[in-house]
Amino acid sequence: MSVELLISLGIPVLLIVVGRIVGSRIERRHYESIIERETLFGDQPAFSTKQFDAPRPVRAASLAVGSVVVSVDHFKRFISSFRMIFGGEVRSYSSLIDRARREAVLRMKESQPDAHAYVNIRLETSTISSTSGNEGIGTIEVLAYGTAVHYDRAP
Amino acid sequence: MILTNIDSVPGRPIVQHFGLVQGSTIRAKHFGRDFAAGLKNIVGGELKGYTELLQESRAQATSRMVEQARELGANAVINVRFTTSSVAQGASEILAYGTAVSVE
Repeated sequence: MSVELLISLGIPVLLIVVGRIVGSRIERRHYESIIERETLFGDQPAFSTKQFDAPRPVRAASLAVGSVVVSVDHFKRFISSFRMIFGGEVRSYSSLIDRARREAVLRMKESQPDAHAYVNIRLETSTISSTSGNEGIGTIEVLAYGTAVHYDRAP
Repeated sequence: MILTNIDSVPGRPIVQHFGLVQGSTIRAKHFGRDFAAGLKNIVGGELKGYTELLQESRAQATSRMVEQARELGANAVINVRFTTSSVAQGASEILAYGTAVSVE
């Protein structure tokens, strides 16, 4: 009897604890990699506008696309379920969205690493549901796309 | 074939418009990937299987759009847009569309 209770209660708690420990480590590592790569692309700006001041005439343009699917850990999912009762900002999910967007933009840049600038960046977010249904919350795909432009060589 | 998502191809004037071209694909996830993703869901982070699946489908939608543009005799597609919509549980449609043009 008590063994059954232990198992039925223990497994979710274990998943939450594992999610908390491993999940926060994964997140920290991901942020480190994002910041490192963002500094790498520091002099290749991304614009969300179509018009921009090109220092030199544009020689070539091509489409750059990057996307990522990210999910939150069980701990955050658990915390957010409390938030769903009282309402208000779900802070545990904002880092998920932030990571996904920055990663997608970085991948877009990495798909055309030698471009001088990226213009007309569009970000699109969609949720992914599992085949069994309502597990959609917590897993999102972010797509970033734009036009990579190359300037003429400096005179 | 040049693809851009702005209104022109910089440095190359448009000589002819061919109108809208589009390509789409509907993909379902398969069970194996869903299971692996379910495990990954515990700790969070990137679900690589899904990332690849969606990248493949997007590439296919894009190539169908490019094929359509090629049939019209275009050599560039401008103002390319991507959209995703879920048509059924576990399946999603990916659409790529743009304007086929001929540039110098």
